[in-house]
Amino acid sequence: MTWNFDVLPDFIFNGLSLGAIYGTVALALVLIFKATTLINFATGELAMLGAFLVYVLHMEQGLWLWLSMLLAMLLSAGLGVLIERSLTRPFDPEDHLPVVLITLGLFLIINAVAGDIWNYQVRILTNPFGKFPDWVPSVGGDRFVEVLGSRLKYQSIGIWVTLAVALFVLGLILNKTRAGLAFRAVSSNVESARLVGVHTGRTLGFGWAIASAFGTLGAVLVAPQLGGVNPNMMATILIYALAGAALGGLDSLGGAVLGGILVGLIQAVLVTWGGVVVFGQLYMSILQLAAAFLIILIVLLFRPSGLFGTRRVERV
Amino acid sequence: MVDDVFDEVGLKVEDLHASYGAVEVLRGLDFEVAAKGVSVILGANGAGKTTTLRAICNMCNTSGKVTLGDDDITRTGTAEIVRKGVAHVPQGRGTFPELSVLDNLMIGAYTRKDKEVKDDVDRWFEIFPRLSERSDQLAGSLSGGEQQMLAVARALMCRPRLLLLDEPSLGLAPLIIEDLFERFTTLNKETGLTMLVVEQNANLALDMADYGYVIESGEITLSGSAEKLKNDPAVQEAYLGA
Repeated sequence: MTWNFDVLPDFIFNGLSLGAIYGTVALALVLIFKATTLINFATGELAMLGAFLVYVLHMEQGLWLWLSMLLAMLLSAGLGVLIERSLTRPFDPEDHLPVVLITLGLFLIINAVAGDIWNYQVRILTNPFGKFPDWVPSVGGDRFVEVLGSRLKYQSIGIWVTLAVALFVLGLILNKTRAGLAFRAVSSNVESARLVGVHTGRTLGFGWAIASAFGTLGAVLVAPQLGGVNPNMMATILIYALAGAALGGLDSLGGAVLGGILVGLIQAVLVTWGGVVVFGQLYMSILQLAAAFLIILIVLLFRPSGLFGTRRVERV
Repeated sequence: MVDDVFDEVGLKVEDLHASYGAVEVLRGLDFEVAAKGVSVILGANGAGKTTTLRAICNMCNTSGKVTLGDDDITRTGTAEIVRKGVAHVPQGRGTFPELSVLDNLMIGAYTRKDKEVKDDVDRWFEIFPRLSERSDQLAGSLSGGEQQMLAVARALMCRPRLLLLDEPSLGLAPLIIEDLFERFTTLNKETGLTMLVVEQNANLALDMADYGYVIESGEITLSGSAEKLKNDPAVQEAYLGA
């Protein structure tokens, strides 16, 4: 057994940037869960569709990458609203099974439609953080900086900054706008929200919109790590995000982000780096997925509300 | 049937039925709430008090007719009924536990577009200084009495013309209940706000009310002025512990 601490920072950086992406997708899950206590299994596929929108707008139509991302996020938001209105609102919100089945059905449909349009090959999508812009002074290379003797990729820094900005904007939306207040009210107590005149359906649609936009952001950020976009790109990401959301607490937005980051760290440091230490070789994907399920299992067993979730106490 | 006893009717309910699944909870209620008055519905557990209020706000399957002033609101959605001026403090307070006290009040004014929301918040903070002290605290961390104050203040933030109160005394200490009911009385006297209260605590409720109804198994079995009900032997036996 050799403890190779020289490469450990590499794994930590990697874990933190993967984790930030899981956190972004976990946020998309938690935004909808908070308001409906429902896991939207189509989160990943909606995000994938958003990434393909960026692909079409940027790679095929030649629009500026960031404008394409913004447009794709807006379009995903619109699609989220549409799905809430047409597929979930007609159902009794108290009865979860039909709606969960609908999100599972959406998962399959979106995946199949994307597969039909774009087939299942990986298509390259420009990395928004491929190279440092020219105005950044070179401190190691044009794709990374040297930190602790390791290479901290521009991509990682870019992901963190993007997530930080996105979280800041989300905070503004939720805490400073009327719609955000209504959304928090619906998340806290649907019936009382109705009793102060909040249109709960529209407000849930608003939640779907933000969640879908966040999912798209996560998918675009993760695409370079997967070599590009393809219809199956989000399947495992969704599972890591779910593990992150469960770890952080399914009804805590901050918890989702931290949980996602923790899962990324566990995956990169404990499983990948530790795996190399213990077994002397990489058992990458299988062990990582298993670790994600193990996290979900342990959290559900010992702390069902997660690290930062609300513990439900029934008081009469 | 309804007697035309009030000069001006704030709320009129005719042949109101409501059911949960196959269970019929309300079996044809007829009653009126006088504008600017306080009416009370007395009844035991399971008599249909809560359902009556929920039915008025169209929160369950109903049939019959509900008129607010001159407005037929029978088929109006809950959120729209609030916009027409009905505030409902549900049983168990119905505050937003994960929102701060201030946000609870702000969401109460969700339907308003005027510029006086902040003034109203200040006003309620003045009336309930405990809430002002806990302005940034989460509503879920308040005591039962404080939550009930918050629920009432939040309901009044929408500047309603009709306030529905669902067992406001439930789970509160006697001193707090007395204080609360005094505030309701003051509120009614000072602002002329129409109130419909459902209660098990008949003594307090009848002291505050002008008019009352007794509901049993989803039907109104008795009605009359608060004075008349207080002296009614059946009411005394069943609800006043005489």
